Amino acid sequence: MASGTWDLIWRNLWPMLEATVTRTLPLTAISFVVGLVIALFVALARISKIRPLSLLARAYISVIRGTPLLVQLFIVFYALPQLNIVIDPFPAAVIAFSLNVGGYAAEVVRAAILSIPKGQWEAAQTIGMGYPTTLQRVILPQAARTAVPPLSNTLISLVKDTSLASTILVTELLRVAQLAAAPTFDFFALYGVAAIYYWVICLVLSSGQVRLESRLERYVAR
Amino acid sequence: MTDLLTVRGVEKAFGELRVLRDISFDVPAGSVTAVIGPSGSSKTTVLRTLNALDQADSGVITIGDLSVDFAAEVDRATLTRFRLQSGMVFQSHNLFPHMTVLQNVIEGPVIVQKRSRDEAIDEARQLLAQVGLAEKAEQYPFQLSGGQQQRVGIARALALKPKLMLFDEPTSALDPELVGDVLRVIKDLANEGWTMVIVTHEIRFAQQVADQVLFIDGGVVLESGPPAQVLVEPTQARTRQFLDRILNPI
Repeated sequence: MASGTWDLIWRNLWPMLEATVTRTLPLTAISFVVGLVIALFVALARISKIRPLSLLARAYISVIRGTPLLVQLFIVFYALPQLNIVIDPFPAAVIAFSLNVGGYAAEVVRAAILSIPKGQWEAAQTIGMGYPTTLQRVILPQAARTAVPPLSNTLISLVKDTSLASTILVTELLRVAQLAAAPTFDFFALYGVAAIYYWVICLVLSSGQVRLESRLERYVAR
Repeated sequence: MTDLLTVRGVEKAFGELRVLRDISFDVPAGSVTAVIGPSGSSKTTVLRTLNALDQADSGVITIGDLSVDFAAEVDRATLTRFRLQSGMVFQSHNLFPHMTVLQNVIEGPVIVQKRSRDEAIDEARQLLAQVGLAEKAEQYPFQLSGGQQQRVGIARALALKPKLMLFDEPTSALDPELVGDVLRVIKDLANEGWTMVIVTHEIRFAQQVADQVLFIDGGVVLESGPPAQVLVEPTQARTRQFLDRILNPI
């Protein structure tokens, strides 16, 4: 590689890191947390015996899973302004990603909740617990064990999916690499660095997953 | 003796299937009632209606001074109060696996009854000592034997200070050699004067601890009375047949 390439990489290491820390990571974290909250409520609605509620949840999951994430982003950022709803790039991305995570994670959360034996609900009921307390104290802590591996998948996918936000003008990691590469045509170098950045984030998250899993395994016979 | 529990005309159906028909009986305070009957006879359902795990479709159940008419809509607060009148011990213990033994026992008193944590811990340790598990307080349920788990289940139910204890085949899921420990704990409770309703297949145990035996078949109380009568000289042919099969399996 020419020394100009190294120089280009060197000059962009910091701006790309900055974009990662100020855009990519917050976008991932906020969207994931909001998405999980959505997922919990959608999962409960989906399980609910109240028919309209469960139908609504089904419809939501179906739409989110049945349409491309890129289209969801475009609708929030480019289409909503036609209805006079104008949202800045970053919040628009947060909205789209949160809704997307909500749809996918809802099915994970639902399956995890359903994996808990009926006897646990009954035991909680007989000691006088209501529905919200039972969920919070008995069901969700156990469901977490089942849900962590698939939810980790969702999170790791999300890290990489945030690169799609570059198409709605969020100056996240990929967008900065793009802007730096465009005038020089040295795509290999800058997209390579971007790839390494994404990879490192995912490595850190994976090791976090391993630790979390072993923590949640402490009450299970091996 | 005054009755702690009275059951009047309890009916229950699952869809088309009528599982309980006009169930009525009384349980005097401080007495032990054993409920026996073939599997599929709905004896467990009888027990579950006493705790509203299965809500009766109609009939009146009175525990202490709380009387609930299940023919009418029962509001949630009443239902919770009703549930806390009795402590339930399940066939498959249903301990909370993510909590230690101690946490299992204090969960109800602290979270539901909002009692002070320190006080609940003191009481829980006493209860665990009573069921012979004082040194297991910090262990998780998976680290215990089936019999020990069941005894924690008993301590968990006792911790809520119910008026009535309900046992649903407490020894059916246990290895034969572990059955004795659990039965001994239940017997101690009987001697302490606890009012209990026990669904069981342990006929000899019923004979020893019960003051009253209900024989249930096909969702009706076919026969009831003191164990010396129901278990030794039953009046109904169906009861005789059942006892004969259980006591002389081969």
